[in-house]
Amino acid sequence: MKTSTLLIRTPEGIVFSQSLAGPVTRFLAWGIDFLCIAVLLLTLAKLLAVLQVISANMAGALSALGYFAISIGYGIACEWGWRGQTVGKKLFRLRVMDAEGFRLQFHQVVTRNLLRFVDSLPPFYFVGGLACWLSPKCQRLGDVAANTVVIRSPRATEPDLDQLLAGKYNSLRQYPHLVARLRQRVSPAEASVALQALLRRDEFDPQARIELFAMLAGHFREKVEFPPEALDGIADEQYLRNVVDVVYRTRTEERKVKAAA
Amino acid sequence: MIIDLQRFVASERPHWTELERILSKLEAEPNQQMTLEQLQRFHRLYERAAADLARITTFSSEPETRRYLETLVARAYSEIHETRERPRRLQPLKWLFHELPRTFRRHIRAFWLSLGITLAGCAFGGLAIAFDPDSKSVLMPFPHLQGDPADRVAEEEQATDDRLAGGKTSFSAYLMTHNTRVSIFALALGMTWGVGTMILLFYNGVILGAVAVDYIRAGQTKFLLGWLMPHGVVEIPAILIAGQAGLVLAFALVGWGRRVPLAARLREVSRDIVTLIFGVALLLVWAGLVEAFLSQYHEPVVPYAAKIAFGTVELILLCLFLARSGASESKRNGEAP
Repeated sequence: MKTSTLLIRTPEGIVFSQSLAGPVTRFLAWGIDFLCIAVLLLTLAKLLAVLQVISANMAGALSALGYFAISIGYGIACEWGWRGQTVGKKLFRLRVMDAEGFRLQFHQVVTRNLLRFVDSLPPFYFVGGLACWLSPKCQRLGDVAANTVVIRSPRATEPDLDQLLAGKYNSLRQYPHLVARLRQRVSPAEASVALQALLRRDEFDPQARIELFAMLAGHFREKVEFPPEALDGIADEQYLRNVVDVVYRTRTEERKVKAAA
Repeated sequence: MIIDLQRFVASERPHWTELERILSKLEAEPNQQMTLEQLQRFHRLYERAAADLARITTFSSEPETRRYLETLVARAYSEIHETRERPRRLQPLKWLFHELPRTFRRHIRAFWLSLGITLAGCAFGGLAIAFDPDSKSVLMPFPHLQGDPADRVAEEEQATDDRLAGGKTSFSAYLMTHNTRVSIFALALGMTWGVGTMILLFYNGVILGAVAVDYIRAGQTKFLLGWLMPHGVVEIPAILIAGQAGLVLAFALVGWGRRVPLAARLREVSRDIVTLIFGVALLLVWAGLVEAFLSQYHEPVVPYAAKIAFGTVELILLCLFLARSGASESKRNGEAP
């Protein structure tokens, strides 16, 4: 089954996840690397133009060897030296890693880079892209042979909760033990859905907005039962706003926000 | 269960930082040896971070901390659970005289298959030229091989000037890089379940067989041997070894009669494939030098007998190297020689 996440279960029973990079991001990173290779080759050509005056034979030999070394060695040297990254991969926050979470080995780096010869066929990595698209772990043929995957680690941005929640009284905070229970029972995915719904609330049609927030509020009400006076006169959307507030912001953070205000 | 998340993070962070410091040091110096106490401390910190990750995973308000811990645990996991041999310091002589020939012998079946396919190609190319000399233009699409071999020999032997003068080094570099590219391609085509590798080997054999029969029919056997042997006895085995590497990859992909998962099969051969292809590159560097500086010179500049003798010595040395080098270490390790 195709997935965008690689889950690794350790013998201790701990599961950690890594996001897999898709074919498009990888192609863009390769585009940057292609430019880097072109710049290196251009620099080599300029340097050899000077040598050409002294010995055309030697310049020709160095040109052939340099072209070979740069075009094949660039990926190997970068990925080995920077622990699975090239310039393109650094820019797009991608990294090559062992498919089972082990340390990336030199022979794996070499294998996946040498197999570019097949992956890049016919032109523009068609074979590699197709393999990546069909593979459950988004692997091109070189990755399959080397047992590697390319993961992405996007820079996480904190949501602007102050703008969303500022200045509103939160009746749920009167019940700290229930708030603690709620924070335990809400999964990261559920919290993210609630936050996204609030952040994009103005994009919905009025009727759809009412229905969506009613459904979400109903879902979160089942997690922890608050006393009726805590929920008195609170609309579904406000209830969800309160839930997001207690889930994402601790009491200390709230105090800091108030003090700053 | 975590009641006070902030206190939890504050109390655990020093352990995470210590683990991160150890990991950074390990990653920067892979060859460093840790003492037993350091190892125990490292393992304890890893287990603690893993437990912290398990506790914080359900905590929706801490995605940043969770992501940080996931990265930390992933890095420590890769160091602790890695069972493959650590990369040692570069030992080129040991690699050349032990690892390369032993790897070659370990996958000898693939080499015989590579040789067999090439010989089949040679037979096909030779027979095609013998029975239908007009097929030359199809079988050997290279301008310098299209003419009558006797004319070429006469021309080469009467040449008074050195046509490679001032260009031998660049010609040699071109040969090295071109042949290495072809070899890498033969290896990479192993990913087509070996079909691409086999076609490439067969086609190489066809050209070789066609050229050989064409020159033999023209009565130029001595010229042919003097021309091809000095570099060919190294270049042709190099291509065969590249084919061997491609077939090793293909065998791992197909996995006949083995109940081992694909990833494990590929993991087993990955290092060997790289060893073989580096060996091929090395052989092709030598072949490129010989082809540019010796093979293109014929009688009366260099006697054919000398060139054939040189090629024969090279072939014997190469066979001895591949068959015997590193055998004593294999014996010590209880492997087949």
